[in-house]
Formats: sequence, structure tokens, C-alpha cells
Amino acid sequence: MNTICIMCPMGCPLTITETESGIKVEGNTCKRGEIYGKQEYTCPQRVVTSLVATDDGRVVSVKTSGLVDKDKIFDILKVLKGITVKTPVATGDCIIANVCDSGADIVATSSL
Amino acid sequence: MRYDVAIIGGGPAGMAAALSAREKGATVAIFERDVRLGGILNQCIHNGFGLHYFKEELTGPEYAKRFRDKVEATEGIDIFLEAMVLDINPQEKTITFVNPEKGFTTLSVGAIVLAMGCRERTAGAINMTGSRPAGIYTAGMAQRLSNINGYMVGKKIVILGSGDIGLIMARRMTFEGAEVKMVLELMPYSAGLKRNIVQCLDDYGIPLKFSYTVTRVIGKNRVEGLYIAPVDENRRPILEKEEFVECDTLLLSVGLIPENDLVNDKGIQFSPITSGAIVDEHRQTCVEGVFACGNVLHVHDLVDNVSEEGTIAGASAADYAMGKLSMGNKIPVLAKDGVRYALPHYIYEGEDKVRVYFRVGQVYKNATLIATSGGEKVFSKKYMILAPGEMGFVLLDKSKLKESVTLSLEV
Amino acid sequence: MTNNYDVIIVGGGVVGTAVLMQLSRYNLKTLLIEKEDDVSCGASRANSGIVHAGYDCVPNTQKAYFNVLGNRMFADHCRELDVPYRNTGSLVVCDEDGLEGLQVLLEKGKANGVRCEIIGRDRILEIEPNIGDAIQYALYAPDAGIVSPYKLTIAQADYGVLNGGEIKASEKVVSISHEGGHYTVTTQKGVYTSAVLINSAGAGCMEIEKMLGENLRPISYRVGEYFVLDSTEGKQVSTVIFPLPTKAGKGILVAPTVDGNVIYGPTSTPVEKGDDVSVSQSGLDTIKAGVSKTYKVPAFRKVIRVYAGVRTEVGSDFVIEKSSINEGYIKLLGICSPGLTSAPAIAKHVCDMVLGFISATAKSELKSLPKHKKFTAMDKEELDQLIKEDPRWGRLICRCEKVSEAEIVNAIHSPFPATTVDAVKRRVRAGMGRCQGGFCAPRVIEILARELNIPITSVKKGGEGSEIAVEPIKSGIATGEEE
Repeated sequence: MNTICIMCPMGCPLTITETESGIKVEGNTCKRGEIYGKQEYTCPQRVVTSLVATDDGRVVSVKTSGLVDKDKIFDILKVLKGITVKTPVATGDCIIANVCDSGADIVATSSL
Repeated sequence: MRYDVAIIGGGPAGMAAALSAREKGATVAIFERDVRLGGILNQCIHNGFGLHYFKEELTGPEYAKRFRDKVEATEGIDIFLEAMVLDINPQEKTITFVNPEKGFTTLSVGAIVLAMGCRERTAGAINMTGSRPAGIYTAGMAQRLSNINGYMVGKKIVILGSGDIGLIMARRMTFEGAEVKMVLELMPYSAGLKRNIVQCLDDYGIPLKFSYTVTRVIGKNRVEGLYIAPVDENRRPILEKEEFVECDTLLLSVGLIPENDLVNDKGIQFSPITSGAIVDEHRQTCVEGVFACGNVLHVHDLVDNVSEEGTIAGASAADYAMGKLSMGNKIPVLAKDGVRYALPHYIYEGEDKVRVYFRVGQVYKNATLIATSGGEKVFSKKYMILAPGEMGFVLLDKSKLKESVTLSLEV
Repeated sequence: MTNNYDVIIVGGGVVGTAVLMQLSRYNLKTLLIEKEDDVSCGASRANSGIVHAGYDCVPNTQKAYFNVLGNRMFADHCRELDVPYRNTGSLVVCDEDGLEGLQVLLEKGKANGVRCEIIGRDRILEIEPNIGDAIQYALYAPDAGIVSPYKLTIAQADYGVLNGGEIKASEKVVSISHEGGHYTVTTQKGVYTSAVLINSAGAGCMEIEKMLGENLRPISYRVGEYFVLDSTEGKQVSTVIFPLPTKAGKGILVAPTVDGNVIYGPTSTPVEKGDDVSVSQSGLDTIKAGVSKTYKVPAFRKVIRVYAGVRTEVGSDFVIEKSSINEGYIKLLGICSPGLTSAPAIAKHVCDMVLGFISATAKSELKSLPKHKKFTAMDKEELDQLIKEDPRWGRLICRCEKVSEAEIVNAIHSPFPATTVDAVKRRVRAGMGRCQGGFCAPRVIEILARELNIPITSVKKGGEGSEIAVEPIKSGIATGEEE
């Protein structure tokens, strides 16, 4: 797999392969690149931010409370499309617990 | 009614300035155009804010709320919402504003902090050719319509400019079901963060074309497509290679301009490079008692730096209003050889240390940033990479400085 | 029954609305049909906004006659409509070698009865300090001026509607028949009849001519491209600066606008279609080269907008005449420059022609348009009082042009209402400033939706299919890899 390291503006082009001795990261210029490369290879994770509809016809911003597996992003977004939350909503309110079994909750990031 | 410090703009810069001014004992008024404090952060619902300032990763609204809650809970800070400042008189220290509640009001103040932020460059400003239908929006306007109002601006999107807002909007629109066909960048490199290129474009297979531009917009009432072309080394499109891309929306992320229009004719000196005021280390402009911070001073890439700058400006404005601001002999801070600008433009003689921020003009690898004063190197640091998109800073020991200090790059 | 009119006007540009305004002073039932969703959507929206003195027209032409007459009427016409007009005068400038060309213009000017004179560099500098260094002579015409062409067109429409005229916007004429002394005009939405029919359809005028079986004349189009500069440039130029005219037109001018901006342009490039208002790179380059010849301080970095308009030409002169085939049909064709200046005079003339077909009495009482109240044009006391009565006067929506919510609401509820973001922009300037609506457009959309009681997704920029917010963000389905 090829990707770009995001740990600093260098943006080293990484080539990550699985060898008998484990995962090998090439192209990095520092240790942080190697750690990043391994994480991206084995289990890339992201925080998802989006909106959900509210019962008064508006939208409220939300995020996952922590990192979720990258391949769950669109499952989570699909869930968020389908729900409506009751107002008032406050920053930090849990809207969906353990969304898509990701281990993270959907929480409001603003108040309405 | 009189306030020690008037702050124009209730975004991150203004809120930080209000808190630091109040901490110094000043009475403070914030004038905010929108219906709540927070500025553009309120529409930046993505995460990545606050890693430096709060040591945790927040979304824009969350970052704004941390400051807003404090400002609202602090006695001695009055907040005027939906308030447009129409004029300031820096000599008489008055500020004239209008809002629906108070009407047309002139207040006298002790000091003024400019924290009005910036605006986006438009299709007109970049002389976009072709037609002018619906479907051409600045990325920030699309962001507001999406994240505050809750509406999509289109379904098939091309983004011109790879600044961070453009990249963020590429992911945002993808998340909401739009097809982002490509991001075009006139320059051979991106002004956006690497992290955003990876996590907003690469993650979703959105191509980023460097040295490319839009040559014509097609469509009478709604965008029907664009002609795009690579550009030569003078950034002029190579028309033989023009090709058509079908889309219904063009988002522009082609630069930000400090919004100094309120104070253009008030005797403040501006830097032609930053389009913001020339300031000393207190973030005071050449007009005494008028301070500037945040994106109205120079466009930042991290809100964390904005908050820090607001804190300096607010505290200094409070000191000024209460007759406690120490000044003294000025040492000009200059930039050359690859350093596009350094800020503040002046520091005062002293014994303490001072942070000087800088930005480079293009991407440099393995470069050394050097500060020289009186013919001597007073600071030197090697960087593996320096990019125009990321502001850096140096910590200078004032006791080593003579007459002036110059930041430069050795490549 | 209610679809019967005395007069139908096709086309709501500056000429059509001026005619509507004139006819509304009489006891006539008049309808104006406009294919776009607002008046002033064609050439009347995108031109130089110059009220020409009239030295440039070939003597003894319709253009010369209506230009000079229109110029004399203009100040009063604008005053009646509360439309800003400024008598700036104009300069046609040239270098050492251009004097002969100026003399030709001077002779034409004299023949047309226009006040003008040739002046030297010293006097030019008194009038316009920022004139180009090579400029030695100028033809000075003190009676030239500037106006906002779309504000004028809209005000004429408002006046006409306020005084009983009707406007059907977003209706395109699809067929016309002339039988039994009546015209039957069919649009995609309705059928209307009238005794008199007026063709002021601008770029679309030949389509109307065809429907009526008239003898067709050749029609051609020229696009004129422009730069609009930030209002900070407004102080740099006080008069209209033309180069010596060429066959293609009056050349690249530099002019202030009544709203405080500056314009550079236009080009004059032949185009195939009457609705092709694209801006080209070569056009913009032509303007840059042209401006630099006459003007010392071009500021292309202060450009906030580029635009283009199409001028329709039918022969070399205006065609303003009664049809020889269809009784009661008045054709106004090829009203290109100086059409804006001529509009009030043409309207008066057309009104007389109409009264020759149908006798009608003048209305005993006419309503005058209410003053266009503007936030920026009021003093503190007046504003304070207004805000107390209506807080919307204190809520500024457009920060660049300082436009209050109240002004926007008033535009939406004016006699001929603004129903789109562009229509609001043309009336009150929200979105006309340096941010080009980046900050205010979302709020203007909200106000339009609220006042017109329509969904946000139905609010248009201007024109069919020009919705800005296309759907609620939560109605679509996110597409993942597996779907």
C-alpha cells in the first residue's frame, strides 16, 4: 500500500508491505512515519464529523467521540442520514451510543 | 457608557482578546456581526482544532464554545450581537455601531482591538472567465449553507484551490452524498495541510491536480460544466490541453483576504504582503491604541495561533487603556531570502524573550532559518521542510538584538 | 376575459419598461411580458451605464435624435423615479496624433446640437487628474452622465405596476397571431390579447418579428466585457473617459458608477448568440491593454467582478417604427448604445404612436414611487427612529454594501417584487460588494424564503434552474464503497 505520511509537512511518500518479519514501512524519514505507516496499514482510523437533522427542521453538528475504523465511515454516515434528534441539543450530548459497533458514540458538537 | 477596550469581531481572536483584556482589569465590549460569538469556527464542524492550545482535538464549534462559555460567564465583558461597527475614530477613541436592539450608537473607549477576520477571494477577484450562473460558490459560503443552514449546494462538484477550506469541503460534500470530481490547484504545491490532503482527498479517491486551473465556466443559469487546463510556468493556461469536465458546482478556495475595510482610511499602515496592519509586539498598529489580531492581521492556518495572538492584543489593549503599556525603543523585524514575512514587524528593546512568527514563500526542504542582528546570528534552526501553508515561529532573546533583526533562509 | 389588454409589450428591458411607465400614465390596460424572472435581465443589466451626450451618433439618424432628446430628459426622469443619476461629463481622449479624430466628433456633436469642445492637457487634468501620460487632447461633453441601468429599468417597472400596468415575468412568448384587429400572444403559461403590440424584446426581437411574418432584417450581436472595481477605487475617477471611437464602438472606457465603483470596458466582439454573456480571457486582456492607454492608475488587483452584456444590432441605426404589414404593431429593434440614454425619449415617442392607434385619456392622478430608503443614505436620527419602529433597519445583512434587512424586505414587497437573489442584489446591492455575496447570500436566501413563503430549496439565484441550496443535506443517501 502507498500513502503519504501526515505527521509533518514533509509528506513522505510511504510504501507499506507485509513481510515475513512483519509490516515494513519504506520512504519515511523519521520514526513517527513508521508508526503512522503501520497504523494506516493495519487499522486506519478517523474521527467522523457530520450533521444530523433535528426535529425542528434544522441540523446540529456531531462527531464520533473517538477514532473509528476507516471502513466504518460510510456505515456511520448512513445511520446519521436516517435519524432525527429532539431539540434542545447540547454540546456533548450522546446521540447514538456505540454507533455501528465502532466503540465510539455519536455526540453533538454544538447546541441548538 | 464607556469601555476600556472595544473588540471588533467575536470570533476566536476577539474572544481571546476579550478574556485577556478583562483579566487585566479592563471593562470590555465585543461587537459581533452574527447572532452568536464564535465566528467562522461555528461552521467548521470538522475536527483538528485546539491540539496546541487545549492539547486535545476539537471541532470548530467545540473550540468556539470553550471561549464563548468563558466570555459569557465573565462579568465586565458586554457582548453586542448582530452588531455592525460602522466607523471608528482612533484619535478620539470612539466606535460607532448599529444593531437591532441598540440602534445607532457611538461609544467612547480606551482602546480598540481589530479582530474582524478575513473574507474569501471570489470568482470576480480571480477574473474567472466563462458564464456566471448559479453553482459557483466560495468554499466558505458553501460550508455555511451546508453546516449551519443544512443544505447541499450541488451534487457534482469541482473545487478550485487546495487551501484547507477547499480540502475540508471536499470531504464534507462527499460525506453528504455529492460526487467531488477533482480538486485543482494553480500552484505546483498545496497551501493546505498534508493531513487534509490525505484525510479529505486520498481517503475518498478524489484527484488533486497541481498546476491546473479552470479556464471557462459553462452553463446559462446553472453550472453545466467547466473547461480546465494545465498551466505553464507563468501560470497561464495551456489552452491546447483544455478539457471539459461535467459538473453542477464549482467551489472556490483561492485565498483569504484580511477584512480591513473598516479601517482602511484611519492612518493605519498596512503590509502589502499580509494585507494586514503593521504591528509591534503588543500587536499595536502604528495608530496608538488600535490593536489587531487574528486573520484580520494576517491569515493563519491554525486557530490556536489566533487565540494566542488575540490574548496578546487584548492584554496589551487593556494595558494601553489603563496607561500601563510599556513601549520604548523599537527594533524592526525584517524578512528576506525566502521568508515571506515576519510578524510582529517591531519588537521593543528589553531583556525578555519574544516570539516572532514567520511564513515562507514556497516549499523548502532542508533549509535553515536564521535570525541576524547587528551582523551576528542570534538564532538558527534547521528544518527538514518549510511550507507556505504552515506558519512557524522563532523565540528571540531580546538582549541579543541590536537596531534590527532579519529572518532569512539558508537553503 | 381578464386576459384582454389594450397594449402588450414584449420585453422588459430599459426600453420596454420605459414604455410601460409612459403608458401607465394613460387610461390604458397594459401588459408587459418578460421571459426572465426579473426585468433588466438582458442588455439593460450589463452595459456601461453611461448617459451619452450624443456627439458620437451620425447626424440625422434615429440614434442622434433620441440620444440628444433622451439626454435632456434624463435628470428629470431619474428624479421622478428616485434613481441615482450623476452628471459627470465625459472626455474622449487622444494623444498627439488623435486631434483629427476629435474634430470629426466635434463636428458631429455640433450637428447633433450637443454641447462639446476640444480641450488641451491642462484643462483635462483639471477635470480628470488620473488621465494617461500620453493624452494631449480631449473632446469634453459636459452633459454626459452615469446611471445604474438596472435600477432605472426596475424603477420604471415599479412605476408602471404602481400605476396599473401589469408585468408577467418568467413567461416566454411562444406564438403570436394577428386576426380580427387583435393580437393574441401565447406564452407557456397563458394567452393574452391586445389591440397594440410592442416589440422591445432586445436580443430576441427577431423571434417576435418572425411570429408576425414581418420582413426580416439581418440581426447581429456584439458582446461587451467589463471589469468592476472595488468601491475603494471610486475616488480615482470622476468622469467618463473614452478613447477615440473606432468602427467597433466607443472603445474601452473608464467610468465611475453611481454606486461608487469603477468600471473598465467594454470590449466589442461579434458573437453568434444573443444570450452568450460569457467573459473571455482575450476580452479581459483587451480591456487591460485599452485602459492602460488612457488611464494612469489602473488597479486590476481591485477587480471584484467581471461581466459581459450583449448588444443587438439591426443595421446601423435604431429601428423604431410602425409595421407596414401588421396594423398596431410597433417595433423597437436594435436598440443598442445609446439605447439607455434614449429610452425615456423613445418611450414618449412610442406612447404617442400608441395613442395614434387607441385614443385614451391621461390619468387624473398618478402615484409616485416611494423614496428608496437606504441605510447608507440616512442620518443618525432618522435611522435611530426607523430602527425603533422596525428593528430590521438595524440588522445589516450585507456587510460590504451596508444593506439592512428592511431594505431587502422592501425590495421583495415592491410593486414589481424581487423574487431571486440576483433581483434583490440589483435593487438594494446586497452581494454587489467585494465579498460578492459570500457572506450575505445565505441570509438573503433565508429572507427570500421567509417573505415569499417558499422552501429554501426553491430560492433561485436568477433564472430557471438556478437554485442555490439544491436539497436538504439530510435527504440524500451517503454512498459508501459497497453501494
